[in-house]
Amino acid sequence: MSSLKNALERGQFAVTAELAPPKGCDFAQKLDDAEALRGKVHGLNVTDMQSACLKASSLGFCVALKAQGHEPILQLTGRDRNRMALMGDLLSAAGFGIDTVLALTGDHPLVGDCRDSLPVYDLDSCGILRMISEMEQSGCDCGGNALEGAAPVFYKGASVTPVYEPMALQVAKLKKKVDCGAQYIQTQGIFDIAALRRFMDAVEKANIRTHIMCGVIPLKSANMARYMNENVPGIAVPEEMIARLEAAAEEGRARGVKGLAAAAGMEMAAELIRAVRDEGLCDGVHIMAIGAERNVPKILEMAGVSV
Amino acid sequence: MIFTKKKSFEELLSLLDGRKKVALVGCGSCAAACKTGGADEVAALAEALSANGIEVVGSCIPQESCQKLLVKKELKAVRDAGAECVVSLACGSGAQTVAQNTALPVFPANNTMYLAQVERIGVYNEMCRFCGDCLLGYTAGICPITQCAKSLVNGPCGGQKNGKCEVNPAQDCAWIAIYNKMTEQGREGELLERMIDDRSHADRAHPRTDNLREKKGAAEA
Repeated sequence: MSSLKNALERGQFAVTAELAPPKGCDFAQKLDDAEALRGKVHGLNVTDMQSACLKASSLGFCVALKAQGHEPILQLTGRDRNRMALMGDLLSAAGFGIDTVLALTGDHPLVGDCRDSLPVYDLDSCGILRMISEMEQSGCDCGGNALEGAAPVFYKGASVTPVYEPMALQVAKLKKKVDCGAQYIQTQGIFDIAALRRFMDAVEKANIRTHIMCGVIPLKSANMARYMNENVPGIAVPEEMIARLEAAAEEGRARGVKGLAAAAGMEMAAELIRAVRDEGLCDGVHIMAIGAERNVPKILEMAGVSV
Repeated sequence: MIFTKKKSFEELLSLLDGRKKVALVGCGSCAAACKTGGADEVAALAEALSANGIEVVGSCIPQESCQKLLVKKELKAVRDAGAECVVSLACGSGAQTVAQNTALPVFPANNTMYLAQVERIGVYNEMCRFCGDCLLGYTAGICPITQCAKSLVNGPCGGQKNGKCEVNPAQDCAWIAIYNKMTEQGREGELLERMIDDRSHADRAHPRTDNLREKKGAAEA
């Protein structure tokens, strides 16, 4: 059974971390990164060519993680595959014992690094969730043909962007995702807990019942924060956080010590995680360390969270 | 209208591949309106070809270059002019219709872009992707298939930034535009509740064809 499902359904504060497959065929380094997370998380999200930048496939790296005894979460976007290809990947994933998925629409190829590629979008996040739900219920494939043997059953997730205007539109799409079968939700990176409170309030008012995990992105520098504010949809790092990163970097320069800004970013991430848990605001956290996965255990320790 | 853009003159010369006598076939409809295939453009192309030693031995401008019977009739004017090839200044449908009516090689002078709205002369916007299952009645007259870069039917992706599309920051997010317009019309509840079915592609095998002339259609088939 999905570890994430087990944790969320038991009411345990759930933790997942994101890991990208390599841009190449040597998995050793990334498997080593995963090793640092062993026993620290309920699942490892394996991204599906995030930001539309080409990597080894999510399914391939999930299989490699599963073989090492990890709990991979298969991210699936509708960008590159039609419904047949998506369902084929799902059946293959289940064949390897992968039982947790996250359905996404996917960034457009034009924002990525293979711009000549065809944008497929046969199904969006809702369509992927609905296709899986229908397969589970009917035992049939996407053409209505009976599968050989029992249909696989997945713990199905989706994402949401809480910092969004108009919020009603985002809440409505969240409701559709849940109606289509999403059992857990991971949010875009949150920095301002007040914004998260407003969103959770709207979710409550819309009577949406699901498990929501707060997205956490540990900041490494003030420049990273500013870059994300400018360029990444749904990201809003408050000015006081940027000032704190700057002050830490300044202190580092004065003392001749490196890494103080990143350390401040880890502290802020840990503070957010602790606050989300202590307030009971969300059912867990999803940490997107963007290449700094090795810092995740330390952040969790600072937040006082263990799985 | 079908919006067409002129191919570069270099590409057209390369397609002509040394042929010295050509016939030009324009189009009096869409291509004339977007200034790629009307009388002025046919004359200008004739002049440019002539400056490159290529003789235009005949030309015609059917009112619609995509009307098979009309094109057949109009092409009589250039049939015996001694052309080695025909250049079509229409859309892809027009160029193919010309090609079906002559044994000569037919070369397109235009690239066929999309079904356009003319915002004003010289400014065109893509408005319809011929999905065959119009959703405009549910989306306040804004097409999600065309105006959303991902053709999403269930609402927005998370990729908008300040209301603009992740693919093109000059473009409004279609779903925010739909939501705002539906709200103006007091219909936002209708939008937020509706689940549009994922589109089937089973009835979209190309080329599509329709015959609305029942009895005659059966005989022709």
